[in-house]
Amino acid sequence: MSGHSTYQPTNPAMQWLEKRLPIGGLIHSSFIAYPTPRNLNYWWTFGGILSFMLGVQILTGIILAMHYTPQVDLAFKSVEAIMRDVNFGWLLRYLHSNGAAMFFLAVYIHIFRGMYYGSYKEPREVLWILGVILYMLMMATGFMGYVLVWGQMSFWAATVITNLFSAIPVVGDAIVTWLWGGFAVGNPTLNRFYALHYLLPFVIAGVVVLHVWALHVAGQNNPAGIEPKSDKDTVPFTPYATVKDGFLIVCFCLLYAWFVFYIPNFLGHPDNYIPANPAVTPSEIVPEWYYLPFYAILRSIPNKLLGVIALFSSIGILAFLPWLDTSKVRSARYRPLYRQFFWLFVIAGIGLGWLGTKPPEGIYVILARVLTFYYFAFFLIVLPLLGIFEKTKPLPNSISESVLGAKA
Amino acid sequence: MTTVSSAGHSRRDFLYIATGAVGAVGAAAALVPLIAQMNPDASTIAAGAPVEIDLAPIANGQIVKVFWRSKPIFIFHRTAKEIEEAKNVNVASLPDPEPDSERVKKGHEQWLVVIGICTHLGCIPLAHQGEYDGWFCPCHGSQYDTAGRIRKGPAPKNLYLPPYAFISDTKIRIG
Repeated sequence: MSGHSTYQPTNPAMQWLEKRLPIGGLIHSSFIAYPTPRNLNYWWTFGGILSFMLGVQILTGIILAMHYTPQVDLAFKSVEAIMRDVNFGWLLRYLHSNGAAMFFLAVYIHIFRGMYYGSYKEPREVLWILGVILYMLMMATGFMGYVLVWGQMSFWAATVITNLFSAIPVVGDAIVTWLWGGFAVGNPTLNRFYALHYLLPFVIAGVVVLHVWALHVAGQNNPAGIEPKSDKDTVPFTPYATVKDGFLIVCFCLLYAWFVFYIPNFLGHPDNYIPANPAVTPSEIVPEWYYLPFYAILRSIPNKLLGVIALFSSIGILAFLPWLDTSKVRSARYRPLYRQFFWLFVIAGIGLGWLGTKPPEGIYVILARVLTFYYFAFFLIVLPLLGIFEKTKPLPNSISESVLGAKA
Repeated sequence: MTTVSSAGHSRRDFLYIATGAVGAVGAAAALVPLIAQMNPDASTIAAGAPVEIDLAPIANGQIVKVFWRSKPIFIFHRTAKEIEEAKNVNVASLPDPEPDSERVKKGHEQWLVVIGICTHLGCIPLAHQGEYDGWFCPCHGSQYDTAGRIRKGPAPKNLYLPPYAFISDTKIRIG
C-alpha cells in the first residue's frame, strides 16, 4: 500500500482537501481500489461484521451511559428505569446486551476462520497477535459491562474473577484489594469498572486501526492460502467485498434481531434480575456463554494457582500460534490431517463451553479434564508435529486457477 | 469491469436504487429510537403531573414559592393596596402591555400565580423588592410590579403565567 495513490478526484473540493489531508486517497486505496483476492468466501466477511458490531456497541453504550447511574444503591434501579421509563430504553438495553453476544459470536467465527486457513502464518503474525489483543480487550470490556448491571450474577462474577488474582503468590491479596478499592467488591469497584468499560471500546477501536493497517500491509489471506500473483487474482474491494460484507451484515442482523425482539433474555441468566446481595451467593455462578470454555478449563484443574495459570494461558497461547504451527502450507484445504484435528478442536471448544454450565462434579469433571488436555495438546503437540509429518495436498498454481480452473 | 448489455444495466440500476431506498428507510427508522431516547422519559413526565396547592395558609401580602415541572412558581396573596396599584396603570405605557385583569382569574383577583423566572435571562427575581412593590431581579436589574409585569430593566416580557385553575376557593391546581 506504499507508493502514490491511484485516487484522482474530479470534484474540485476533493482536490483541494486531498492536497492538504489526503483522507480521500486513503479511503480510496484502503476500501475502494484495494486489491482483494477474488476467491474470498463468506467466512471473510466477519471482519466487517465485527467493525459494524463495535460501532453498534459504542453507539448503544454511549446512549445507555446517558441514563445509567454507577452507584451501588442506584445502579440496578437505573437499569430498570432504562427498561421501563426511557423512550425505547428496552430496545437500547437489549441491543447492547445481545449485541455483546453477537460480537463474541462473530469473533469466534473470525478466529476459527484464521485458524483454518492459516491466516496467522508469515507475514501475518503481527496481524494475528493484534487480533489476540483485541480478543482480550473484548473479554475485559464484556466482563466489566456485565458487572455494571449490579445483579446477583454481576456482583458474584466480579467477586470470583477479581479473586482469581489472589492465586498469585506473595502479592496476590494486595492486588485484589487494589482492584477492589476496598475490602470486597463494592462501590469503588463499580465506579472504576464503569470508567474502564467506557474507555476500553475506544482502545479496541484504536487497535482495530492497527489491525486493519497490518492487514493491508500483508494483504488478505484467501481460502487457497497462496498469495495473489497477478491482477487476475484480485478484484477491487468496492463493489465486490463491500457488497459481500454488506449482504452478510444484513443476514447477521437478522439473527441479531431475532434475539433482540423475540428472545432477548435467552442468553442471559435470570439471577441477574435479582439485585446484588453481598450476603447471599447464588446456587450457581455461571458466566455468559462466551466465557464458558475458559471457565471449564479453570475448574478442571484442582489446584488454585495452576487453574488460574491454565485459564490465562488458554487464551495467551493463541498468540504463539504462528510459531507453534510449523507447516509451510497455509490453508487447511490442502492439509487433510490438520483439518481433522481442527474440527476436533472446535468440538472440544463447544464441549468445554457446555461443560462450563454443568456443576464441577462426577463425569463432567473427567470430561472437562480430557477436553482441556486436548485443547493444550492441540497447540503444543499436534501443531508442531503436523508440520513435520503431515502429507499435504498439492497447491494450485494461482488463485485464479483455483477459482476458474486451468482455463484461467 | 466487464460490460453488460443495456437490459442488464437497467436491472442492476433497479437493484441499486431499490436497495438504496430500503437502506435509507432502514437508516431513518434506526435513527428514531436513538434520538427519541433523549426526550423526557416516562418517570420525568409523571413527575411533571399537575400539583395541587392549598392557599389557606398563605397570609395577606405573603408570596409563596412552589415547584412545578422544575420551575419556581410565585403564589402572591395580594393586599387591597397591591391590587389597586396593579389596576391603576396606563396599560399602553407598559413595556409589555397587559391589563391586570388578564393576569388573574375572575373572582380571585387577590391571587397572582406566575412563573418565577425572569424573562430576561432566567434568574429568580427577589420578592417584595424594587420600586413597584413587586419583584427585583438582582442579575441585571429588571423590576416587576404587583401583577408581575415588567416595568424597568432589560427583561422583555411580563412574568409568564403557568396553566392553573381554582378547584375550590382555597385550592388551585397548577398544570
